[in-house]
Amino acid sequence: MDNWYKVTTLADIPSSGSRVVKTRQGDIALFRTAGGAVFALRDKCPHKCGPLSQGIVCGNHVTCPLHGWNICLENGLAAAPDVGCARPYPVRVEGEAVYLALG
Amino acid sequence: MEKMKLVMIGNGMAGARTLEELLKLAPDLYEIAVFGAEPYANYNRILLSQVLSGEQTVRSIMLNDVEWYAGKGITLHLNRRVAKINRANRTVQTADGEIAGYDRLIIATGSTPIILPVPGNDLEGVVAFRSIHDVDAMIEASARLRHAVVIGGGLLGLEAAYGLLSRGMDVTVVHLAEWLMERQLDRAAGRMLQKSLEAKGGKFLLQKQTERILGEGRARAIRFTDGAEIPADLVVMAAGIRPNAALAEAAGIHCNRGIAVNDTMQTYDPRIYAVGECVSHRGVSYGLVAPLFEMAKVCANHLARLGIGRYTGSVVSTKLKVTGIDLFSAGDFGGGEHAEEIVMHDTASGIYKKLVIRGNKLAGAILYGNTVDSAWYYQLLRDGRDIAGIRDSLLLGQNHLGNTGHQGENRAAAMPDSMEVCGCNGVTKGCIVKAIKEKGLFTLNDVRRHTKASASCGSCTGLVEQILASTLGGAYAPQTGAAKPLCGCTELTHEDVRKAIREEKLLSIPQTMQFLNWATPDGCAACRPALNYYLICAWPRLARDDPQSRFINERAHANIQKDGTFSVVPRMYGGITSPDQLRRIADVADKYRIPTVKVTGGQRIDLFGVKKEDLPRVWADLDMPSGYAYGKSLRTVKTCVGSEWCRFGVQNSTQLGIDIELAFDRMWTPHKLKIAVSGCPRNCAEASIKDVGVIGVDSGWEIYVGGNGGIKTEVAQFLAKVKTGDEVMEHVGAFIQLYREEARYLDRTAHYVGRAGMDTIKQRVVQDTANRRALYDRLLYALEGAKNPWAKENVNPREFAALAI
Ligand code: SRM
Ligand SMILES: Cc1cc2nc3c(=O)[nH]c(=O)nc-3n(C[C@H](O)[C@H](O)[C@H](O)COP(=O)(O)OP(=O)(O)OC[C@H]3O[C@@H](n4cnc5c(N)ncnc54)[C@H](O)[C@@H]3O)c2cc1C
Ligand code: SF4
Ligand code: FES
Repeated sequence: MDNWYKVTTLADIPSSGSRVVKTRQGDIALFRTAGGAVFALRDKCPHKCGPLSQGIVCGNHVTCPLHGWNICLENGLAAAPDVGCARPYPVRVEGEAVYLALG
Repeated sequence: MEKMKLVMIGNGMAGARTLEELLKLAPDLYEIAVFGAEPYANYNRILLSQVLSGEQTVRSIMLNDVEWYAGKGITLHLNRRVAKINRANRTVQTADGEIAGYDRLIIATGSTPIILPVPGNDLEGVVAFRSIHDVDAMIEASARLRHAVVIGGGLLGLEAAYGLLSRGMDVTVVHLAEWLMERQLDRAAGRMLQKSLEAKGGKFLLQKQTERILGEGRARAIRFTDGAEIPADLVVMAAGIRPNAALAEAAGIHCNRGIAVNDTMQTYDPRIYAVGECVSHRGVSYGLVAPLFEMAKVCANHLARLGIGRYTGSVVSTKLKVTGIDLFSAGDFGGGEHAEEIVMHDTASGIYKKLVIRGNKLAGAILYGNTVDSAWYYQLLRDGRDIAGIRDSLLLGQNHLGNTGHQGENRAAAMPDSMEVCGCNGVTKGCIVKAIKEKGLFTLNDVRRHTKASASCGSCTGLVEQILASTLGGAYAPQTGAAKPLCGCTELTHEDVRKAIREEKLLSIPQTMQFLNWATPDGCAACRPALNYYLICAWPRLARDDPQSRFINERAHANIQKDGTFSVVPRMYGGITSPDQLRRIADVADKYRIPTVKVTGGQRIDLFGVKKEDLPRVWADLDMPSGYAYGKSLRTVKTCVGSEWCRFGVQNSTQLGIDIELAFDRMWTPHKLKIAVSGCPRNCAEASIKDVGVIGVDSGWEIYVGGNGGIKTEVAQFLAKVKTGDEVMEHVGAFIQLYREEARYLDRTAHYVGRAGMDTIKQRVVQDTANRRALYDRLLYALEGAKNPWAKENVNPREFAALAI
């Protein structure tokens, strides 16, 4: 069962930006795209554990700040030719409130 | 008055060029109809090799698209082959029955690839290399099949082989002669070429004759006359071409292999002209575009009824368009009686040069490995110049002839106006310079459009760029190869984008992307930071900075480390610190348990391993300005101790360094910028490898620019010598502003100076006093009020904090 937590408000995540959520399971990056969608990924790049939360967000992907892998925000998969996955977490936005589910 | 009817058969490079030339001279004389057997408008056939190798696309090689024809009022029939010419009633008839009448006719049907008459040549998988259709078939095959065999080791065959190798196929070239390109190269150069291609993965079977192609329905293998067999899923016939004269011959026009024409490009029927590869002129048929374009010019002139200009034949030269192989051949190098040879062969560095001289004239040249002098030799050859006086140094190239410097721009500047730059289109240096000046051209693409220089095979692109650089100096917007887009989100170049931002007064990234039709909704990690910089550079204090379009270092004002922590480098102006500063640094290191404190290579102190959420408090406790060690910005101004203490010092370098650092602090630049000031020519601050280096001498200061100590060491070049510190400031500021305004994002000054050329930079920063002041003022305007990003009032701690559950 997923446990839903209210973590923050929409306005608290910068557009085309991110916030880090510290949890028992490690850091989780919350992203908000220019289009207003919110996604959550484990804050570790599948390449060498770079903090994805610190990358540049474009469209629905984030570019890792360490060596430039592109990671899809929707499913955490690295864009070809790179291979790897950062675990995605379910997110729900209700009005202004942003909820995150920890499995 | 009714217009005369002009019909053209064949819509290839020679034909379309003839129409272009004609419309320039007589736009309204004819009603024009064109019949082309291919489904495409006019494209650059030469670049099919690059399409095959993946360096170009079909779209990027289009020369005249369908709209061009429509815009000129030309009726274009694509995909329609003319089957018959009826000279008696002056009509042509297409294979599908359409009839069109003409007053004048141009035949420009090119040539047909020779398909060896061996059994199996009609199997599936056997292709020629001539059209987009063929290249599509080869690309498609390369994705599925493994073994390719190219029959023919000439220019075309080798380019096909290289393309297929680039696409991952296993490629064997089969060649009848003893060495590759035997008509353009001697044995030594042919062997060197083979070695280079072998290094790229190609295999070669020389002196082999194909007997048959084996396979049921589709090709499977090739058998040679000596009985040997090799697997062959794809067979490319590149064994030569034959002028496509059948149509003319059937109409009773005199042919001699090709369609026979006189010096005005007229066939034996005076209403009918012929141009291009289908022609036989004085018994010669050509297979390269340069002569065809000359023919086009002459033909157009006569069709326009101007009646001047005769085509008298061409000396052709050859370049192989295989990336990484430099090869040039021209004229006759066979030797023979009275011929003398000068040869240089450096096996270690892979350079081969052979010049053939006959009667004090250059008769032929082969250059392998280093072709920078090809344009010069080609010119000597065609002009038939007497080389007796320069014979001793002829082999060493043009540079050895006089006062030309070592830089490319100097070389271009030293070229005589009459020297031909673009061999394909016969464009001289004078013609290019004139177009640049009169039409206000700035980019390679502009020059291509207006003069055609480098618009065909592209091998003179470098030279054209040098001419642009030497003519325009810093105003020159360089490109490499085909116009290189800023990133995958647009087809526009850095220069196009900067121009639009300036001219359209674009002030934000979304506005810019919308105006320029960006292909992605909000760009990528490559274009967003570049756009952000271009906007704030063009419109200081007006365009809003977008932190989300900056790399994390510039967003967090600290350098990210491999473990996700950050490093903090405070400014120590000119490398000067104090016990108080050092004490604070020590206290901060203790308080925040900073694991590593290091003195950097830039004369200051770096605190490594700071957690992001601690950054605001670390800065507050340090109470020192940001050192911008993370930014595309002014980094350190390194100084030496100078005249204050040093027994050799003649100038106060420390103070000048501090002044410079204080003045230009907080500035955004295309890439990081490093400065150093030394107090005497012993140069302990290593000013000669900095973006800007200042060296004290007894009578003042010498200023150097464009140095780099990083990836590729570059020694800074002399800019000016001045007397006072104020003058240093103004010159340095003006140079930096020029760099800010004209360099591409992520170009260091060394790259920028290399492109713009020192002569022009000197002209604009040193000689032109008014321009220097204006540049300097623009920089000061941009810097006025720039804030220290570490100061409490400018930091929002929320941006650094984490959430928790
Ligand atoms: C800290 C320092 C090494 C040291 O411990 O001494 C350093 C550290 C880094 N350098 Fe450097 N460079 C440092 C002096 C230099 C110097 C020497 C100098 O400035 O006098 C050079 C050669 C001079 C030059 O730039 O011309 C130098 C040439 C580079 C280059 C190659 C630049 C080039 O265009 O050739 C890079 C890579 C880049 O910028 O793309 C680089 C990149 C880096 C980065 C930013 C790597 C990165 O992208 O994360 C390093 C991280 C620094 C950090 O986290 O604080 N660093 N780096 C030096 C900081 C100087 C300072 O006080 O600001
Ligand atoms: C892969 C490749 C690389 C090359 N590289 C170079 C190079 O580096 N440098 C260089 O100088 N040259 C190079 N060439 C040669 C150059 O492309 C040709 O010299 C040039 O294209 C010839 O121009 P053309 O107009 O005479 O013939 P084409 O460009 O072949 O045009 C003839 C056109 O007429 C059409 N046609 C023929 N018969 C009929 C008919 N009955 N009715 C209607 N249409 C008809 C054909 O379909 C064709 O489209 C290369 C060629 C190829 C194939
Ligand atoms: S040379 Fe510079 S970039 Fe390379 S490891 Fe050292 S600090 Fe890092
Ligand atoms: S750690 Fe993300 S790209 Fe290397």
